[in-house]
Amino acid sequence: MLKNRIIPCLDVKNGRVVKGINFVDLKDAGDPVEQAKIYSDGGADEICFLDITASNENRDIIYDVVEKTSKKCFVPLTVGGGIRNVEDINKLLNCGADKVSINTAAVENPKVVIDSSKKFGSQCIVVAIDAKKNGDKWEIFTHGGRNNSGINALEYAKKMEENGAGELLVTSMDRDGTQVGYDIDLMSKISSEVNIPVIASGGVGNLDHLVDGIKLGKASAVLAASIFHYGKYSVKQAKDYLDSKGIPVRI
Amino acid sequence: MNVTIVDYNSGNISSVINSFKEVAADKVNIEVTSDLNKIKLSDKVVLPGQGSFKSCVDALNKINGLTDTLSEFAIDNKKPLLGICVGLQMFADIGYEEIETRGLGWISGKVSKIDNQNGKYKLPHIGWNQINIMKDSKIFRNIKNNSHMYFVHSYEFIPEDKKVISATTNYSSNIVCSVEKENIFGTQFHPEKSDKIGLKIIDNFINL
Repeated sequence: MLKNRIIPCLDVKNGRVVKGINFVDLKDAGDPVEQAKIYSDGGADEICFLDITASNENRDIIYDVVEKTSKKCFVPLTVGGGIRNVEDINKLLNCGADKVSINTAAVENPKVVIDSSKKFGSQCIVVAIDAKKNGDKWEIFTHGGRNNSGINALEYAKKMEENGAGELLVTSMDRDGTQVGYDIDLMSKISSEVNIPVIASGGVGNLDHLVDGIKLGKASAVLAASIFHYGKYSVKQAKDYLDSKGIPVRI
Repeated sequence: MNVTIVDYNSGNISSVINSFKEVAADKVNIEVTSDLNKIKLSDKVVLPGQGSFKSCVDALNKINGLTDTLSEFAIDNKKPLLGICVGLQMFADIGYEEIETRGLGWISGKVSKIDNQNGKYKLPHIGWNQINIMKDSKIFRNIKNNSHMYFVHSYEFIPEDKKVISATTNYSSNIVCSVEKENIFGTQFHPEKSDKIGLKIIDNFINL
């Protein structure tokens, strides 16, 4: 039976983890390689890096981080943030990323998703959807949630599936950082709309939220950052909890 | 010993390279090449594959003499070869992804889309699934039945001779996820992304 996945996400800025796990025995708490290794040793089903480097001159640092991580972690590694074109994707995959997550570029230029899924295969193309509720629908935001594109999220999700996305990473902008739980309505609507797996993101504050994301939100995988940062919960605790609620996980 | 990972522009093979180098350490030499002479001289060959059946077959055929060299290695000289993902699928006679495409024909059978039962099952089949070991395969030494492996695929290999099947996994139906025919091995899952247990499979192959 296919297991639901738990994916810890690390925010990386200028090659350093911004919100990291606060373990005392860490040699270097800001080192993404070391943190990724802790997650994979702890049973993370995949690792996600979100590169939030703002300045252009520091953009290349992420390639080095990915290369070092992929030599230590033998679970799938997804990298997102700042990907503009097929060449960026090519570079990340060559450095050892298994998947890339494309956000703004997919909205601005649908050809990026079409071309890259043809070139590298759908299995490595994740389209990240940042959605915010507006009345009775959700709209897509780009540029790290700053710009409203006005595009309907459900229609966009369907379109991205047609364009060759292998998975959708859906983040609720309303919930992100609030720790009050995923936007279940958004997750379940998108998941029902498409036939590709949906990864739920944004708003996790406790382990019940992960359960809800899978059971009610119909997500195939759940991504979380803050609950794993600072050691509030370990990946193992999260898996044991999901298991106790009857959700199939890899233990 | 020399183990060659065939680099034929089949997409992203850096994870395969990293995992083999991790397992090999300093004991085994890992080559990454499409050089025909180097392939001929190696002790073992790994055939990765990402993207579609058609794109991988096309990429193999683009390199002059490569399919013949691989056939000579695996079929005539019976040296150990491991196919991963589409690398395994290409063992078949024929594949139906994009357009009907001839495979290597090393293990009779076809590659068809997984039946998603009218949308009941999402495709691709992505994530960790358990393997049901059907026969003693040399690459499953010290691998427990029901171990979790990492999968990413929408198509499945359906061999004619069921005796070649070494493991299946359940997703909508029992999908063939590992084969062994004499010296030819294949995994539909990605041992290179399947954590320590996946590295053990790679170790088993290297130590055949």
